This record gives sequence, structure tokens and C-alpha cells, in this order.
Amino acid sequence: MINKKVNSVSEATKGISDNMTFMLGGFGLSGIPENAIAALVKSGVKGLTCISNNAGVDDFGLGLLLHQKQIKKMVSSYVGENDEFERQMLSGELDVELIPQGTLAERCRAAQAGFPAIFTPAGYGTEVAEGKETREFDGKMYVLEHAFKADFAFVKAWKGDAAGNLVFKGTARNFNPCMAGAAKITVAEVEELVPVGELDPNQIHIPGIFVQRIFQGEKYEKRIEQRTVRTRE
Amino acid sequence: MLDKTGIAKRIAKEVQDGYYVNLGIGIPTLVANYVRDDIEVEFQSENGVLGMGPFPFDGEEDADIINAGKQTITTLPGASFFDSAMSFAMIRGQHVDLTILGAMEVAENGDIANWKIPGKMVKGMGGAMDLVASAENIIVAMMHTNKRGESKILKRCSLPLTGVGCVKKVVTNLAVLEVTDKGFKLLERAPGVSVEEIKKATEGTLIIEGDIPEMSL
Repeated sequence: MINKKVNSVSEATKGISDNMTFMLGGFGLSGIPENAIAALVKSGVKGLTCISNNAGVDDFGLGLLLHQKQIKKMVSSYVGENDEFERQMLSGELDVELIPQGTLAERCRAAQAGFPAIFTPAGYGTEVAEGKETREFDGKMYVLEHAFKADFAFVKAWKGDAAGNLVFKGTARNFNPCMAGAAKITVAEVEELVPVGELDPNQIHIPGIFVQRIFQGEKYEKRIEQRTVRTRE
Repeated sequence: MLDKTGIAKRIAKEVQDGYYVNLGIGIPTLVANYVRDDIEVEFQSENGVLGMGPFPFDGEEDADIINAGKQTITTLPGASFFDSAMSFAMIRGQHVDLTILGAMEVAENGDIANWKIPGKMVKGMGGAMDLVASAENIIVAMMHTNKRGESKILKRCSLPLTGVGCVKKVVTNLAVLEVTDKGFKLLERAPGVSVEEIKKATEGTLIIEGDIPEMSL
């Protein structure tokens, strides 16, 4: 067993520096690497390019990094829930590249899987495809989209072990499995780090080979963005 | 004339037994409430769940189980979770049978605009561009005109496009329209709405053949 376990979030984030490109898992606030984000905020690294489906809210998730002006550029599909984001975007302090959600996922997966680029129909004929190579296959048009290049991927899983194996829960899975192994170094944080051998090899979502460092997060707030409930009749 | 619920009710009639359906945010979300209960349908949410159920009971909500609108949800027996790449494999690979989404504008050539208004804060396209570029069967739920009474059913879209030549059917507060090679074919009128009123509210080419039936809900 190759041991990926590190003892602290600061050990897990060793090597981060200004102007790096990070991938961060999560959809909205679900499945975000809360502990890594807290460490990035504390570290003060700046000039970051962050590849993440969303940009958090004002006081949580990537909103915390935005608040400290540590992010230079966001690469996302939807960024609507954050006033500070809007302010920085409109003032020109923050560069934003909006890309279709499926393309975002597949550009991560391409990096993970060793494809330099992929052809997707998403965005053909729209401003997203401007300046990009297009090609016809079987009578339909596709846009060439390149694999992402990132220095670190910060992913969050439900359970994991020292071998780096990961198991996700519910829709907190989202972009995390696509980003694991898609950057030079993948840092996984888990709610529960279990002894090696406890996870059923049949049930592992991401094998440890895609993970370089793993740690158990100190605490998880797991904030709900839109609490919607029904009443019992 | 239909309200938003009426539009959702009419679209629900398009959902057939055995369909996997992706619902957009807004009116499309309401469609789930009006699908016939004698058919089997599974709802997909692009953040990574198939087999979505109703909202959870108070106190049973789980931060790890949400829909694409970031709302807490439940799952039904037979549901599954998956990552974002697999979710869009379902969409791009045309495994999802029906996509229902909202729009700011649609055009008679099937173009749709629903993500960006120049000069206003742009929130992003989310999964809309993947959905419209891939789905074989797209129904748009929208109001026929904007707040100023101007048509949103156009010859050509004026807003930045989400997708080209992809819309098949449009259900508005006034009518059901099919997108054809020659323009919008009027299929049904909303209750109490005349063909004249629909003509007046439609900027795009409107094809009217024979008597146009009133829709039943």
C-alpha cells in the first residue's frame, strides 16, 4: 500500500504559491473542499486561477478567497450567488471565463484521462465557440475544447483511506471525481479517513492512484444553499 | 391565457411512459408535479442524480442531496448518483429523452437564447448549452411576450445564443408552437385565447393551418 496520508491541512497544501491554477470540486456549496479552502485563505496565496463550477457565496466556499482578493480568474459555468464576485467582475478586478457545465466536467476528465482536447456540440454557434476550431462529424457541428492544465486539484469525498481511495456521498460527488488526477497534485479531504482495507474494493469511486495526498478534514459545516422542505400532511 | 402552472400542466402532457427527463429551473421544475401518475418517469438533475423525488420533510434535509437549483431534494427507489462527467454523458449521449427548459427568446429557426443579457450581470449558462446542443427533444416553457408586451417568439434571436437550431416545441401562456422548416406552426391555443391574439404576439413566421384547437389541460 502506498501511503498518501498527510497529518494536517497545511501539509496537504504544501507547495501552493501565487499565480497557480487550482481545480476545486463542488456544486454550489455541496461537496466543496471546505478545509483546503480555509487553508488557502489562511496562506494568503494570490493571483489564483480557480476552476470550479461555482464561486461560492459571499461568506462561504470560494467567496472566502474572493473576499481576500486572492483570485485573479474564475473558470466556472454559473456564478450567480455572490455579491462580492459581481462587484469584482463588474469593476474588472476579476477575470471570468464562463463555460458550459458539461464542457467544464469533460475538460477536467480529459486532463485526468490523458486526452489533449475533446470535441463537444455544446456552445456551437454561440459566443462560447468564438475563435475555437470546429468540425463536422456525421452532419453535426462540434467545438474543440482543450483539457485543463492545473497545479493542484482540491477534492472532497465522504470516506477515504490512506491509499487514497475515495467514496462519495449523494450529489456531493459532482465534479470531485472528474478533478481527481486532473492536476499535477491532487489533494483529497474526507469526512472520515477509515483504516486501509475497510473500504470494499467493489465500491470505491476513485482509486487511490489519482490522489497524491489525503487527510481527514477537521470539521465540515456542509452549508445548505437553498433549504427546501415540504410539510407533513 | 395560461399562468406558469398552466404552462407546466400542458407540458406535463408531453411526458411519456419510460422517459428520462431533465427539467430546467423555473416553470420546468413545476412540470414534475403534473405528470400522470400511471406512467413511469425518472427525473435527471445535471448535478448528478437520476430518480429525483419530492422535497424532503422538514428536518430530513441533507446538504449532500440537492438538485441543480441547489435545493434540498429526496430520491426515489431506483435512484442513482454519479459525477458531473457521467451526468453530461447522459445528456450529450442522448440518453435523456426529454429536456424542458425556459428561454428569454426563441426563433423560428430553432435558435434559443436564455443565458445572457448584454450590459447586465451574467451568471453563466450552467448546463443549458450542453442540454440544448445535445437533446433530441427539447420543449421550451416561456411567456409569449415580455413585460412590455414585445414578442419573445422571433424571426431571429437578438440576445446571445445558447444553442442553434435545437428547439422543437414551445409552450407559452398563449399557445403551443412547433418549430418547422417554414416557421412556427400553431398547434394549440391556450383557453380563451384567439388566433388573432397569438398572431399579434408573435414576431416570427406563424403557420396557421385549418382550425386551431384549444388546448386541454
